[in-house]
Amino acid sequence: MVRLVSDARILARALADPAGVGGLDAEGWTALLAMARAEQLVGTLAIRVDGLPMPVAVKAILADARAAAEHGRRAALWEAEMARRALAAVDCPIILLKGTAFVAAGLSAGQGRSIGDLDILVPRESIDAVEAALLAAGWEWVKPDPYDDAYYRRWMHELPPLIHRERDRMIDVHHTILPLTARITPDAAALIAGSFTLENGLRTLSPNGMLIHAAAHLFADGDLAGGLRNLWDIRCLIEEFGTDGLDMEAKRHGLSREVARSLRLVDALFAEGTARGADRLYIRRITARDGWGRPTRPITRLGFYVRSHLLRMPPAMLARHLWTKWRKA
Amino acid sequence: MRHAFSVRIGPVGFRIGSDWRAPIAELESLYRDYPKPRDGIPDFTVRLFARRPWRRFVRPSVEIGGDYMLPEAAPLPLRQGLLAAEMAMNLQMALGARRYLLLHASAVERDGRALLMTGISGAGKSTLATLLAAKGWRFMGDEFALLDPATGLIHAFPRLISLKNDAIAAAEAAWPQARMGPLMPATPKGDIRHMVPDSRAIAAMDTLATPALLLFPRYGFDAEARPVPPAEAFVRMTQASTNYVALGEAGFGALTGLIAGVPSVAIDYPDGASAIKQVEALWSAL
Amino acid sequence: MSGTIFWGPPDNGLLIAPLDEFTAVYHRASGITHLLTEPAPQILAVLGEGPVLLDALLARLAQDFDLTDGTREALAARLDELVEAGLVERT
Repeated sequence: MVRLVSDARILARALADPAGVGGLDAEGWTALLAMARAEQLVGTLAIRVDGLPMPVAVKAILADARAAAEHGRRAALWEAEMARRALAAVDCPIILLKGTAFVAAGLSAGQGRSIGDLDILVPRESIDAVEAALLAAGWEWVKPDPYDDAYYRRWMHELPPLIHRERDRMIDVHHTILPLTARITPDAAALIAGSFTLENGLRTLSPNGMLIHAAAHLFADGDLAGGLRNLWDIRCLIEEFGTDGLDMEAKRHGLSREVARSLRLVDALFAEGTARGADRLYIRRITARDGWGRPTRPITRLGFYVRSHLLRMPPAMLARHLWTKWRKA
Repeated sequence: MRHAFSVRIGPVGFRIGSDWRAPIAELESLYRDYPKPRDGIPDFTVRLFARRPWRRFVRPSVEIGGDYMLPEAAPLPLRQGLLAAEMAMNLQMALGARRYLLLHASAVERDGRALLMTGISGAGKSTLATLLAAKGWRFMGDEFALLDPATGLIHAFPRLISLKNDAIAAAEAAWPQARMGPLMPATPKGDIRHMVPDSRAIAAMDTLATPALLLFPRYGFDAEARPVPPAEAFVRMTQASTNYVALGEAGFGALTGLIAGVPSVAIDYPDGASAIKQVEALWSAL
Repeated sequence: MSGTIFWGPPDNGLLIAPLDEFTAVYHRASGITHLLTEPAPQILAVLGEGPVLLDALLARLAQDFDLTDGTREALAARLDELVEAGLVERT
């Protein structure tokens, strides 16, 4: 009996080559939809297979997914607009990041995308003024824990999380794209200087900036949860803008290795490339999802979680941080 | 997953996977007369799982999961596995349903027109729907009524009827022949027992109805009826709907249309018989 | 404050459903439903025609909608509420 591959590679293939879904039976579609939902990619899948022949039940489910993505897009753009209004008096560039940036700029990476909280990047010297303006306009702190707060302010690349008291939506305010304690220190000022301005005055990173941010976020900042969606973002950015000058800019921010790896992984997952060496472990982690939407490969998964913490903090600090957290728990 | 079951209830198809056989066996039995999901593809996936492999056997407790999950949801003991499955289906609907505006209401139908009954837990929605169905109304659902934004019509969603505490005896008295699930004493919500809707309700689950009356019942008071002002009805219905916000414009149109087109009445009632009399009086006055 | 200009959503930016003394208003840009009472719906109706100064708004409300019990201060307070709700912007 042949052991069939049943992980999120079928989702990656469906996104990359939509025509292939024509061969799916009911069980195949059911598995694909469960994986897509678990990976926050069902809206994207709906856009990619739109118009192809499919069972009526699938058509209805994907229409719902598109409607949900559209609703999320509207809510995300509104949060950006309310942040813009609140920060109008603060004289500094406000740069949208991630999903909100993609939809604000009408990029292909934004089509069908599920969007979470609002993430913005501001110059470090403006962070106090931005914080004050947001608090005055109805945002409040999510977690009032003094230790976490001190840790956040000193070492993280963002303010502690804020939530709007009426709308119940969170905003993350960054002043660089990686924590200060990480071994890699991107040039935030250069990212801001290279930003593009939208019609309403808000900004996005340049295309290379967005690519570098996505790669940094995927490898240096996270435990690869949501990795497939992140890599799809990167794939869309490459399709739309190419990679001119990407190498040089990545080097400038100390992220050459991460950017190169994400390009290889995009090639392996969504094109004809073959993963080799350590890349194969990343692929295993990123595709660790079964046809019921469950996360699989627990050992690979744990390995990445520990690694992501190591990347964020030097080992001595990590020990102290975890010890203090444990003592307080 | 090791054990699985699929079922269609009204316009919604579910797939339920479980680490244990028992809840699936109960679902198979109670939903035996229901159809399967359209095209064999369910709208939602539900998972009943053990957090650690050994918890399948040692003090087995059922975690609830699926396409949509709540991270802090508390697990249930295996003997309440059927309840876990029903709660999990509710959760998928509450967090993921987009095609219809979900009204937290029971619904019964007569002559193509629907009576919707809404209110907090314990107000009597399930019991009233069960009692009215025993008097010849067609049962459409006890937990959610599905309002179609495109047409303004109500779709039936006749899940197992979830009866709590005193309602169990009342329903058993009204429907002595009904098939029932196991009695689950002392759940987080009190004693619970599930009742299978009657065969007419199951056979007619795809027949739609025009909403005609919106009732806000309150159990345990002297009989009384008063009209509910439109704004109050509107606000109470948005609070009672888990997906009003997610539906955006379509939700706004559907709900304001319902409130504008259908009388809203609050009734207090001391017992089931009195409630039925009040309902019949209001219905014939329409 | 006297030089402040107020403006609201564009003409088709709101869906309006009068209920009783409350009006349900769906704000398309935000997806938020507001329940408003007099004079908020009337304010939005005037702003729907274009940006306006505070005194001009006060006069229009009295003239078009017979809302004559308003003072500048009260109107300014109502406008503050609408600004916080995201329905109105000001310079």
